[in-house]
Amino acid sequence: MVQDSAQGAHKVQSEAQTDAANVDGTVRALILTGFGINCEEEFAAAYRLAGAEATIVHLNQVLYGQVSIHDFDVLNFPGGFSFGDDLGSGVVLANKLRYRQTSADGRTLLDDIKQFIANGKFVLGICNGFQVLVKLGLLPNMGGDVTPEVTLTHNASGRYEDRWVTLRVNPASRTPFLKGIDKLEVPVRHGEGRLVVPDDATRAAIEAAGLNCLSYIDANGDGTSEYPLNPNGADLNCAGLTDPTGQVFGLMPHPEAFLAAYNHPDWARRRRQNPQATEEGEGLQIFKNIVAHIAQKHTTAAPAVQLANQH
Amino acid sequence: MAELENTTHTIQLTLKPGQHDGDGQRVAEAAARHLGLATGRVRSAALYTVRYPLNENQLSDFATRCLADPVLHDVRLNELTGAEGYTTYILVARRPGVTDDEGTSAQNALADILNEPLDVHTQHIFSKKLYLLENDLPETDLRRIAEELLGNKLINWLEVGRVADGIRDYTPRPGGGAEAITEVVSLTGLSDAALLQLSKDNIYALNLEEMRAVRDYFAATETQEERKAAGLPTDPTDCELEIIAQTWSEHCKHKEFAAVINYKNTETGEEKQIDSLFKTYIKNATSEVDRQLRANGNDWLIKVFSDNAGAVRINSDSLFVWKVETHNSPSAIDPYGGAITGILGNNRDPLATGIGGARLLFNTNVLCFGNPEFDGQLLTGQLHPRRILEGVRKGIEDGGNKSGVPTVNGAIVFDDRYAGKPLVYCGTGAVMPMQFAGLDSWEKKIDAGDRIIMAGGRVGKDGIHGATFSSIELDETAPATAVQIGSPITQKLAMDFLLLAARRGLLKCSTDNGAGGLSSSVGELAGISGGAVVELERVPLKYPGLRPWEIFVSESQERFTLVVEPGKMAEITALGQEMEVELTDIGYFTADGFLDVRFDGAPVAHLNMEFLHEGVPRKILEAEWAKPVAAEPEIPTATDYTETLTQLLGSLNICSRESVIRQYDHEVKGRTIVKPLMGATGQAPQDAAVVRFNFESWEGVAVSNGILPRYGDLDAYDMSAGSFDEAVRQIIAVGGKLPNLTPGDGIFWSVNDNFCVPDSVYDPASNPDGKQKLAKLVRMCEALRDATAAYCIPLTSGKDSMKNDFKADGVKISVPPTVLYSVTAKIEDVRRAITSDFKQADDVVYLLGETHDELGGSEFYALHGQLGANVPKVDFAKAKALYTLIGQANDQGLIQSCHDLSDGGLAVALAETTFGYGYGAVVELPETSLPLATQLFSESHSRFLTTVAPEDVVAFEQMLGDRATRLGRVTADGELTVRHAGKTVISANTAALRAVWTNGPVNHLLGVVSNDNLSHSNSL
Repeated sequence: MVQDSAQGAHKVQSEAQTDAANVDGTVRALILTGFGINCEEEFAAAYRLAGAEATIVHLNQVLYGQVSIHDFDVLNFPGGFSFGDDLGSGVVLANKLRYRQTSADGRTLLDDIKQFIANGKFVLGICNGFQVLVKLGLLPNMGGDVTPEVTLTHNASGRYEDRWVTLRVNPASRTPFLKGIDKLEVPVRHGEGRLVVPDDATRAAIEAAGLNCLSYIDANGDGTSEYPLNPNGADLNCAGLTDPTGQVFGLMPHPEAFLAAYNHPDWARRRRQNPQATEEGEGLQIFKNIVAHIAQKHTTAAPAVQLANQH
Repeated sequence: MAELENTTHTIQLTLKPGQHDGDGQRVAEAAARHLGLATGRVRSAALYTVRYPLNENQLSDFATRCLADPVLHDVRLNELTGAEGYTTYILVARRPGVTDDEGTSAQNALADILNEPLDVHTQHIFSKKLYLLENDLPETDLRRIAEELLGNKLINWLEVGRVADGIRDYTPRPGGGAEAITEVVSLTGLSDAALLQLSKDNIYALNLEEMRAVRDYFAATETQEERKAAGLPTDPTDCELEIIAQTWSEHCKHKEFAAVINYKNTETGEEKQIDSLFKTYIKNATSEVDRQLRANGNDWLIKVFSDNAGAVRINSDSLFVWKVETHNSPSAIDPYGGAITGILGNNRDPLATGIGGARLLFNTNVLCFGNPEFDGQLLTGQLHPRRILEGVRKGIEDGGNKSGVPTVNGAIVFDDRYAGKPLVYCGTGAVMPMQFAGLDSWEKKIDAGDRIIMAGGRVGKDGIHGATFSSIELDETAPATAVQIGSPITQKLAMDFLLLAARRGLLKCSTDNGAGGLSSSVGELAGISGGAVVELERVPLKYPGLRPWEIFVSESQERFTLVVEPGKMAEITALGQEMEVELTDIGYFTADGFLDVRFDGAPVAHLNMEFLHEGVPRKILEAEWAKPVAAEPEIPTATDYTETLTQLLGSLNICSRESVIRQYDHEVKGRTIVKPLMGATGQAPQDAAVVRFNFESWEGVAVSNGILPRYGDLDAYDMSAGSFDEAVRQIIAVGGKLPNLTPGDGIFWSVNDNFCVPDSVYDPASNPDGKQKLAKLVRMCEALRDATAAYCIPLTSGKDSMKNDFKADGVKISVPPTVLYSVTAKIEDVRRAITSDFKQADDVVYLLGETHDELGGSEFYALHGQLGANVPKVDFAKAKALYTLIGQANDQGLIQSCHDLSDGGLAVALAETTFGYGYGAVVELPETSLPLATQLFSESHSRFLTTVAPEDVVAFEQMLGDRATRLGRVTADGELTVRHAGKTVISANTAALRAVWTNGPVNHLLGVVSNDNLSHSNSL
């Protein structure tokens, strides 16, 4: 089973679901890969463990129209180094989604993503995927016009680092991804995760709307700017953002790397303390949340999904 | 020319006022710290020179929308100016032909915004960095900063000067090299001296006997007739000599491991002749292990020594593929490039094992450097050890992180003798299904008529002569073309493609293009079918101006050679286009017994395959072992060893490597269960990594590395045996079990051996102690054979690097004979893995194994400037019995923590096991005949420090018997107290010990220091 599970997840176009929409109630997650994205396998595993169907698709299959994002419920941008991150994290990929025309009428994938969101569907970006969403202007998108309002850049330390951090969920955040979660331990693995908010007005607006959904915290549970608790020196001690609808969510740390309790650096001591503790990792809850949320939508309001298409 | 100028634009990005310029700040700090130069403030800017026709609007749109970050950057177009308050500048560009991933990415972005296809294989955009310095430094100082901190002269074009004189720009113009001609080289009638000179001038790295064999081959009547028929002149072409030189290089052919060695032991008077080290001690030893395994129903050993990597069976569905290699010479002249191409090149081995298309699971790396705090005079061409360390570290960071492969385990060894040539060992584990499209994945099958496809990157002059260059000693005239530049993104695309192509059944088999380039990859594959025809004009080039032989032997990176059946060409070509991986059909396999190379229809090489692969004359070498004169030193005994322990924890070879470890992604893929640093603090060092294979089962693999070069100064046999044992016991420490203990248990082990030795071929003038060096190698191999037999652990692949010497200014720096054993073993259930750190107060602390009077070569002696004599020896039988019992105890859940004893002995292990949570321990050392210092610091092998829950003590002691010595218990108070004969001999706060360890020279050097700790918030 070692290989086949992962292979099974890597469905290519010919095998991908092409049914119009979730008649059977299955939650379908589309996970983009290619061009240096490298966290797609654990991303897919997270959705599978959460009960969804996960399909990994090469970005070009979406750009060339072989796969439509509209056949899925949640669109996912995994971590990695898209295009080597040579011009700044996520920049080239965001540029491609914004400018590369996917059809003769000048439509871009960003146009499709905007429609996807307008249809009430969900978008998740982790690490490099978060960087893409920020550089695309999909996060925080307070103006609603997909213009970049903040940025993510080199850590204050100047270094790439892999270390575990503790996050607190902003109680004002309304995104279904974080429902019921108060605190969360997760690894960060990035060199360009420092959120930079250009001015006080933007900062105030983000806070007022509760879009800064995740903060790096210290031992007392307070947001901190202190390295290494805040590993990158982010503005607002912010590790993740949502858009005002809560449908678009991105974060620098990697919940998909904490699917099993045994991923935690202190797992052995903790299991000694509490041998009966769950074998699930804390990161899985985010995926269970969104899958449950979508599944519930499917059962209670299936027809409404179609009507919501106002684009 | 004028028209070209019009299409050249420069885009300059500077940070907006108030934005943190980390890059500039680091340059200022590094100049002050490492070079003692005061730069004042430093301001960095990114430059992009665009040689592509763009109108003003397009240029402005591209700059502001694609390149600039609206929050961070100001944009300047077509002006290269300074800024107020900055007087001098350094501009860092690339030399012609050097890979420019940043420029290529910018081209991608340009193509997207223009919505037009743009040939990304031609460089249209060139990226550069501009640094403005506040202080008016003289040009010599600016050059030092440029050459020693910012760039490498072999790769970068560096401009420096005063801003007031105008900033000089530089944009590379590759190409314009030689025409594509093939020359004929006459060997007829050449004297021995002339043959040798020819070999040296062309970096063939062939000795006289080999050159004579080449001459004789071309002089033979049969050869001459064949060549006439093929349309080639009697004398060899440059391409033919290059092919032979690559194929026969020490790097590719392992001539010294295959040599006949006359070995003499002057200590015992024993004399013997060894018919190939490889055959005698490695291949035959593994055959014997395999026989024993199969006799016991363990038939998991699938592929050894015959492919790019070794393969063992995990279960009925999949294989584990394992390969470790070195990349020493390239890392000596360009540490970053050498290391990144080392790790990417090593990744290609498992990727291209059998059919190809394995999924990479993890990387490891083991690095040997000179003292990074060296403050003496460097030799001509020698790079400072700190620079090598930083460059290699960065190369591994980018090579691993950007490929999405976690770096889960490693080691750094410091010894001044690595100051000339560092050792850079790169390891990669991968998983491959047993079958692809119904075919056995590990097989390489080729039939005449199958197409030869080159996939991935293009060919340039980079890396020409890497294979032969690494087969000779390094000196100050190292050729610039031997430098290879890695492009992880290019390889990632090729890797993603290979995975899919294999799963769709489009590949017949594959191999990587490493040392020797196409010459080696096609030459080796052609050995399977019995010949090949290559049409070199089809090979896509990075830029024009390569001669046919250069195309054939270039080691330009990120390339695979694929074997594809003609009927599958259309489908694989379409997949390549979809995934943006360039595939080129460059010829086909034959069965006529010849390697045929053509350019534009004309033959440039026609070589008999048998001569090419079997024609190299066998070497006969002399080895002579004399036991080194050594004595035990008198170290004054002390009553309190707290200070000694503190000094050891802060010493170069023991201190924390956290700053290095954290810059490697060690948990991408989400499967790493035992990471290099664990515990609530994230600072408890672990003995081996454990990685699960997937998310559906709990099966996994443990990986460890054993390397102990300093013991080789006393006895190379014991050094090698100890290194093997170290790697094995590290696996045992994390919960691994020895193989073949029960019939059909399927617990695979897979070991790679990597020998790195100085020139060991005796020459009375240039290498007078060559016989002794070779004798050390023989003894290392003897120990390896004994170890594999004792533990029943097979070797599956390996490598030897035979010329690790650096010669300049009449001085030779040679590495100590070094061997690395990289060991992997199946973990049946990763949830039963054991970590090294204490888990709970009142757990009982045990020492497992026997301590002997073996301080020879220890860190304790090194602290006192001594070597000693009593090198630790391995008792394999006792070790095996202990390891077996530990496995049984862990099966019953009796072990709470386990840490192997190594550098610094028991005392250091005791300290390290407290680092995970801040526990302490109270320990009473037994009163034995051993002196106290020996008990504390002896590095006797096959020992562990382990803890057991109070309720399990009886069961544990019953099982382990007298192999376990009860020492004391874990305490909650964070104090480490060691008593002996009624007195306290160590008393320290464990947080203070951890701070000393964490703030040691390695973290300090790399700029990560902290007064308390670097842990995250959930600690304590």
